[in-house]
Amino acid sequence: MTLPLLEAHDLQLQFGSIRALDHVSMALWPGEVLAIVGESGSGKTTLLKVLSGSDKPDAGQVLYRDPELALHDVHAMGAPQLRALHRSDWGFVQQNPRDALRMGVSAGGNVGERLMAQGDRNYGNIRQVALDWLAQVEIDGRRIDDLPRTFSGGMLQRLQIARTLATHPRLVFMDEPTGGLDVSVQAKLLDLIRSLVSRLGLAVILVTHDIAVARLLAGRILVMRRGQVVETGLTDQVLDDPQHPYTQLLVSSVLQA
Amino acid sequence: MNGYNFAYLDEPTKRMIRRAILKAVAIPGHQVPFGAREMPLPYGWGTGGIQVTAAILGADDVLKVIDQGADDTTNAVSIRRFFSHVAGVETTTRTRDATVIQTRHRIPETPLTGDQILVYQVPLPEPLAKLEPSRAETKQMHALADYGLMHVKLYEDIARFGHVTISYDYPVMVNGRYLMSPSPIPAFDTLKMNRMPALQLFGAGREKRIYAVPPYTTVRPLDFDDHPFSLTRAPHACALCGATNSYLDEVVTDDRGSRMFVCSDTDYCADRRGEMEGDAS
Repeated sequence: MTLPLLEAHDLQLQFGSIRALDHVSMALWPGEVLAIVGESGSGKTTLLKVLSGSDKPDAGQVLYRDPELALHDVHAMGAPQLRALHRSDWGFVQQNPRDALRMGVSAGGNVGERLMAQGDRNYGNIRQVALDWLAQVEIDGRRIDDLPRTFSGGMLQRLQIARTLATHPRLVFMDEPTGGLDVSVQAKLLDLIRSLVSRLGLAVILVTHDIAVARLLAGRILVMRRGQVVETGLTDQVLDDPQHPYTQLLVSSVLQA
Repeated sequence: MNGYNFAYLDEPTKRMIRRAILKAVAIPGHQVPFGAREMPLPYGWGTGGIQVTAAILGADDVLKVIDQGADDTTNAVSIRRFFSHVAGVETTTRTRDATVIQTRHRIPETPLTGDQILVYQVPLPEPLAKLEPSRAETKQMHALADYGLMHVKLYEDIARFGHVTISYDYPVMVNGRYLMSPSPIPAFDTLKMNRMPALQLFGAGREKRIYAVPPYTTVRPLDFDDHPFSLTRAPHACALCGATNSYLDEVVTDDRGSRMFVCSDTDYCADRRGEMEGDAS
């Protein structure tokens, strides 16, 4: 039996009188896609920030198991180690690609930045990797020297994914990766993410309010409400036979086309 | 001493600057903040360099000041006269005779020795400033040795122009740890900093930072394995002394497009011409 890649134990975080995280525990196994769903303000994004180490919880632990199976407490490690982790083993896909990309740097430079931050000092190699990744996310290689500001919204999001995956992370955090895109672009992007995830064997923690996105991508699902995990299980099981009243409400409120 | 303390600054100020210098020498390439004073010349004219020079100058020192390699330009002449006035020290234009050399934007062609100190005037001490406007963020990048961003800039240059286009103030790694701005010296001079026997001190007056490269410290320009750092030099010989290995200034000689290339280091050029005349006679 393989061991979990990431574990969270009894996380608690309070903003004033609001309980953003109320005794949240979870585990993620290698190669697994876990969706965190819930309405706005349910604590999804807060949980993602705590899991990825950018926000500290009031209580509880987040443990990451590295490729040598050693456990690391994410919130006890120093800033240099956390930063190194974020640019090697981990990746983060933001909702708004403009927050993650360098808009004044060419597409190739954006994809190559993580490689260079890791110490790759061979221009030809960096450029080849950038070209490969642009091809994988279906961006024309001839646009490698174009600035992101000349790209469409869907292309920007694909560029962000290429940039994140260029260093072969094992674990990727995604915060509403399809938010703000129109439906047909969303569908194409979901298709791309799904094929990349299965081909590369990525573990993904995906935050979304869109049940359809969760159903398409995630193997397991975690439903949050007011900082608590109200239901968790296999995606199909939870969505087809919701047990908790809130999950039932969530599933039944999806519009049927 | 004309009503001034020796070398203009008061003793507690010099002590404060010396402390910053000691710290800077202990952490090569790291920018140390210091309480820069108002000096009797405008920012951008060498207030940082002048304060460092004032703090290290002793009564026996011999001072040389260069501006773009020349001893006879306004900045060099006025700073040299300033110190001969307020410190009464001997001044020279000969690189070999000087114990302290204050420089704006050049390193002398004549190799420096372990008995000499080179003081640079620095306008912008932060090498990442043009890429990352936040001071707090660049401080963190230095603390974590997170210099990927600087390489992204080099990558962009090669992708767009086929080569790195930085011709002055070329970013360097000091002692394999800190990214440093060498002040706006030409990229041509960058390699002279590597394992230089002389102590190199950098003062930025407006930005209130001092940093240093101790003697025999490695200083490497940033580059890629397959696009190594290369020297750029005007493809001419000096019109006055015939030197083919020195850094050249292009001088326009009339309004009909005539120009000549001469050594930017006036002392080096005069030296070579002196030798040639000596050989001829």
